[in-house]
Amino acid sequence: MVRRPSRRAYVGQWIFLLAVIAGAGLLLRMLAENLALRNMHFGFGFLASPAHFDIPFHLISWSIFDNYGRALLVSLLNTLLVSAMGIVAATLLGLTVGIMRLSVNWLIRNLALVFIESVRNTPQLVQIIFWYFAVLQALPPPRGSIVIPGGLFLNVRGLYVPDVIMSEGGLFAWLAAIALVATPFAWRLKFGAKRVGPWALLLPICAAGLLAAGTERIEFPKLTGFNITGGTQVPPELVALWAGLSIYSSAFIAEIVRSAIEAVPKGQHEAAQSMGLRRAPVLFLIVLPQAIRIMVPQLTSQYLNLIKSSTLGAAVAYPEIFQIFAGTVMNQANKEVETIIIVMAVFLAINLLASAFMNWYNERVALVER
Amino acid sequence: MTLQAPAVVPPGGSFEGFAAQLPRAFEWLRRNLFSSSSNTLLTLLVLAFFFLVIPPVFNWAIADATISGNSKAACTGSGACWTFVKLRLHTFLWGHYPESELWRVGVATLLLVFFSVPVMRDNTRHRGIYLLLLLTVFPFVAAVLLVGGVLGLPEVDTSEWGGLMLDVIISFVTVAGALPLGVLLALGRRSELGVFKFLSIAFIELWRGVPLLTVLFMSAVMVPLFLPHGVSVDRLIRAMVAFTLFNAAYMAETVRGGLQGVPVGQEEAASSLGLGWWKMQIFVTLPQALRIVVPGIVNNIVDLFKDTSLVTIIGLVDLLGAVEQALKDPAWLGLAKEGYIFTAALFFVCCFAMSSYGRRFERRLNRHRTGAP
Repeated sequence: MVRRPSRRAYVGQWIFLLAVIAGAGLLLRMLAENLALRNMHFGFGFLASPAHFDIPFHLISWSIFDNYGRALLVSLLNTLLVSAMGIVAATLLGLTVGIMRLSVNWLIRNLALVFIESVRNTPQLVQIIFWYFAVLQALPPPRGSIVIPGGLFLNVRGLYVPDVIMSEGGLFAWLAAIALVATPFAWRLKFGAKRVGPWALLLPICAAGLLAAGTERIEFPKLTGFNITGGTQVPPELVALWAGLSIYSSAFIAEIVRSAIEAVPKGQHEAAQSMGLRRAPVLFLIVLPQAIRIMVPQLTSQYLNLIKSSTLGAAVAYPEIFQIFAGTVMNQANKEVETIIIVMAVFLAINLLASAFMNWYNERVALVER
Repeated sequence: MTLQAPAVVPPGGSFEGFAAQLPRAFEWLRRNLFSSSSNTLLTLLVLAFFFLVIPPVFNWAIADATISGNSKAACTGSGACWTFVKLRLHTFLWGHYPESELWRVGVATLLLVFFSVPVMRDNTRHRGIYLLLLLTVFPFVAAVLLVGGVLGLPEVDTSEWGGLMLDVIISFVTVAGALPLGVLLALGRRSELGVFKFLSIAFIELWRGVPLLTVLFMSAVMVPLFLPHGVSVDRLIRAMVAFTLFNAAYMAETVRGGLQGVPVGQEEAASSLGLGWWKMQIFVTLPQALRIVVPGIVNNIVDLFKDTSLVTIIGLVDLLGAVEQALKDPAWLGLAKEGYIFTAALFFVCCFAMSSYGRRFERRLNRHRTGAP
């Protein structure tokens, strides 16, 4: 038994707390004085006043007459969009590279190692700037677009992808399709019921039918004259930030995947092999599901890092929350303190929500020991 | 996994020696590249990829590249224009530090090497003393050297500092500040005293929850609002403080991992010997905990060194900033590839060296624990 702290220590901590509070009070008083001196008023009322600036990329409608509050929503959605795209791409790429790292093939194994080491040991900001200024800005104009199989075009104005046009009432058909596929999973999660069995095959077929019913047509981008028409344009800023975020994180995820797979007991591998399973089923049915349990906590912190790093979009002028609020709004509305507080609060909230979700997921997949 | 049977002719070896090696080389190839049909396919795919990618990259970077000459006009080839990097190298390395005072940077670098090599070597005696000197005496000597204004050294304003030197300085100051602070926070988080525990957790989670860029912006635009009227703090120092606070939170979590790795019996033994809390931490717990977490701390240092490139966004001219400035020069437009590849390469060399050291230390640590030779 280690000795309990002395009475002096117990008293000391309260004195320390008082000192911290006094220090914070002093800082706040200083802030109030300085704001008064500069004729600035602390408050978040400015969110209701019109913004008068354009946001070049927005998921929901935006006009320069909208207010700062809507600018917050627009830029927050942009942040969430690039984070979600980054997390998906980084996970897939990281999983691939992590598995490559364990290949029996010497070339594949070392190719993955070179990728991981070169990505991990260079700054993320340099990578994002490199993708934007050295690669995407150096692409040919629309007329000389690089054609990617699948109807995609890449040029200096960004990436053009096919656009799916919804028919009237298509939204309901789509939602129904998603609900149809999700129901059995939710059912099992909630009630721990048995598998649906071969009947489950009906679900994706019905869902595909519903999806097709909800879609009017798929519009492929086309090169007409000097420009590209049709399809959706993904701006180069988003492409660069997406590439920078997902490639950088994928190197770390690959190492997490590798160490997690190595941490699965060798007996699992051997038992599966002795039952006659081939290499791929051993990996995907036996080893990976067990490795995921080990990965979850580390993956969580990687995902959170990726979300926080999306602020680096400021360097390539992608209109995410930091670029819009700590950049444009701060300069325009003269609200240094409030804008930084808003951005910090948003990231703290995202962090808390994401870690709460991942903790919940972790509890679900964690091994239940007897 | 390394090449087990190198298929090379031994020095002065005969053809017979080479022939004797051949079967082993084939065996290695068969096992590692062509063990099955799918494996062979993969090997061929990778080789095809190399065939497609390596020649153009080699031609661009080396064969068709230019490095001679004194202006962009010299770059006539279709390859890279390394002339640009060669001519701007001094700003990339130390910004606009006056040419006549560069010896001071040199001396500071030599001192850094002199103090840090004994800390990193395996068999140094009194390693702790060197570490203490590195973290306390060296910063003052280096500050006097680099800032000047005393001992007859002309003063060099921090706005003239830049390039890779600035990245190294910020990293060093951050480590020197964040490591002790991180240790205190880690101890606080494990403390039985509620107030310290709560404050430490709040501090750590706050900084870990926000992006570094917001912290840097806070130091750049918000801090002046918290200072008394008329008092101003150098921009570089504010950035350093931001880096220190931010990274102290990450260091604290790393150190906490080490503290948890020290068996409880150690503290109980120390306590039963009558050691007070501080003595117990300093002489029993921390020496064991810090040793375990050296690889983790090295990782933290690599991360924060990479992060120093973010000061570019708040207008300080570090390596990345210097390259960006140089790329805006009308005489050298369109050389983004060369500039950023050079930046990435320089960062890579520094970070790879550090992470290799961390891995080596980790291997040695594991050997110690398992008792293997």
